[in-house]
Amino acid sequence: MAVRTVRGAPEAAAARAAGARRRPPRSGSAIYWMVLPAAGLFFVFHTLPVLQGMFYSLTDSPGYGDWSFVGLSNYAALFTDERIRSAYLFTFQFAIVSTVLVNVFALALAVGLTGRIRFRSALRGLYFVPNVLAVLVIGYVFNYLLTNSLPEIASALGIQRLSRSILADPELAWIGVVVLAVWQAVAFNIIIYIAGLQTIPAELYEAAAIDGSGPWRRFWSVTFPLIGPFFTLNMVLSLKNFLQVFDHIVVMTNGGPGTSTESVSLVIFRGGFQGGEYGYQIANAVVFMVVLVVFALVQFRVLRRDEVTA
Amino acid sequence: MTSQPVPRTGPARPGAARRRPLDRRVNWWLTALLLVLSLTILIPLYFTVVTALKTPDQLGGSGFDLPTEVRWENFADAWTLTNFPRAALNSALITVGAVALTILTNSMVAYAIARNMHRRLFKALFFYFISALFVPFPILMLPVAKQTAILGLDSQLGLILLYVVYGLSFNIFIFTAYIRSIPIELEEAARMDGAGTWGVFWRVVFPLLTPMNATVGILTCLWAWNDFLLPLVIVSDPERATLPLVQYVFQSQFQTNYTVAFASYLMAMAPLLIVYVFAQRWVISGVTRGAVK
Repeated sequence: MAVRTVRGAPEAAAARAAGARRRPPRSGSAIYWMVLPAAGLFFVFHTLPVLQGMFYSLTDSPGYGDWSFVGLSNYAALFTDERIRSAYLFTFQFAIVSTVLVNVFALALAVGLTGRIRFRSALRGLYFVPNVLAVLVIGYVFNYLLTNSLPEIASALGIQRLSRSILADPELAWIGVVVLAVWQAVAFNIIIYIAGLQTIPAELYEAAAIDGSGPWRRFWSVTFPLIGPFFTLNMVLSLKNFLQVFDHIVVMTNGGPGTSTESVSLVIFRGGFQGGEYGYQIANAVVFMVVLVVFALVQFRVLRRDEVTA
Repeated sequence: MTSQPVPRTGPARPGAARRRPLDRRVNWWLTALLLVLSLTILIPLYFTVVTALKTPDQLGGSGFDLPTEVRWENFADAWTLTNFPRAALNSALITVGAVALTILTNSMVAYAIARNMHRRLFKALFFYFISALFVPFPILMLPVAKQTAILGLDSQLGLILLYVVYGLSFNIFIFTAYIRSIPIELEEAARMDGAGTWGVFWRVVFPLLTPMNATVGILTCLWAWNDFLLPLVIVSDPERATLPLVQYVFQSQFQTNYTVAFASYLMAMAPLLIVYVFAQRWVISGVTRGAVK
């Protein structure tokens, strides 16, 4: 409705403007009122805490009471801390494996869901459901499935390796976290890939089909190069999200068994809120931010280059 | 539902993939495969429902069998144990507040920036907001928890405010891209008719942003309703806990009482799931639009 009234406006206005006086260029403070309050709030609730954090990373503050400056010793200590090192290793391992799996599954399913299938919109709707559920809630269901149901089924089938809960095994617990992460994240990525696939003109497939190339060939030489930007976007966003993994860990393993599945975010949260390591863990968070930014930049570089050559 | 009234800017052409004149036959193999694979989605949901309906002594085995005897009291128990109405109301309040305020304010900020990118201040603000996309939440969660406690914002209001403010980075990104595709002549015409900047935005631009407002609203809704970390860090009073937070807080009680726990999980997931079932097409097209920009 609003669209229509506006649509008519240009002609009327143009006719009127034809001989009419020219308006003075817009000045007005309104445009500033639109952004400055938001910028102020953003500064107070985002930038200020970051700066505060950076400041406290130079102190031995436990999060309350007195503190004194300790220079860069928090940063120095980080690099020899075994718990921090294993948290970074776990986080990278988890994030890389999950990112790859999510994108492979999501792309494959998106190709399937844009094919000549029945029940197309019902199926698309169904595959998006995991994204509507809170990780923390559905995660408890997965936890129960992996802790109780899977071992029962495995031992009934005689699979020894899975006859006890993988979440109780320090070597395998991370796989449980990956299962939940992939299950939940594929839903959203499918939608982005479908959006990408729909931008490819059907004529290209027809041309390729006339040239006699099969579906596999068509995917690699037509589809995949053309959804390059979507692939880049998904890879960068998935990795960035997975590197900050928190909910998944809390719900599946709570960092255990032992500290074998502690992610960087979980270590920062635990040490900072409960362990009296406020200053130290903020130093950790600053390092983590640098790592994330470097990762994102490298990824953009590498993937963008692929896009061009593909 | 509301089939998109997208003027001409909507770049997603849902028809493109369907318009394949070469071969119109349905690929039944692919359909069957996708139906089978969709069991990976349905099985955890089925499991939640049947477990929530069982009595504790039916829990053994794989747990996939149907309940032999239904225990509806699980829901009543979970309702009172977790104070479900309170938590659901909190979650609803926060979500509705965050969605409404985000749409109203973030679109406005994005408009001012998108139309003034040639000015140094606005360009700087654009990059200022966007750069926050790369700042991980852990770096500010400790200071912001202290800050909100001092300001008395460790409440629903505080959470709404934080969702609106933290959403800016991403929302500006997608709003500005969309606003640039709206012909500026429309605004100039309205100005000729004597509308001021506010009038131009609210009466001309904001209605044109409807598709993007829907996209941002959907994404904000999913975020605010399902978020766990921000409530965990900000909220200390149990009376103000959200639904996901409540599931976490009651874990120790749930460990001994799985059927009630599953009833509680089901009740926590149900509201948004039900909304989704009815608004499914609309949600999917909204999210898709956000992806193509």
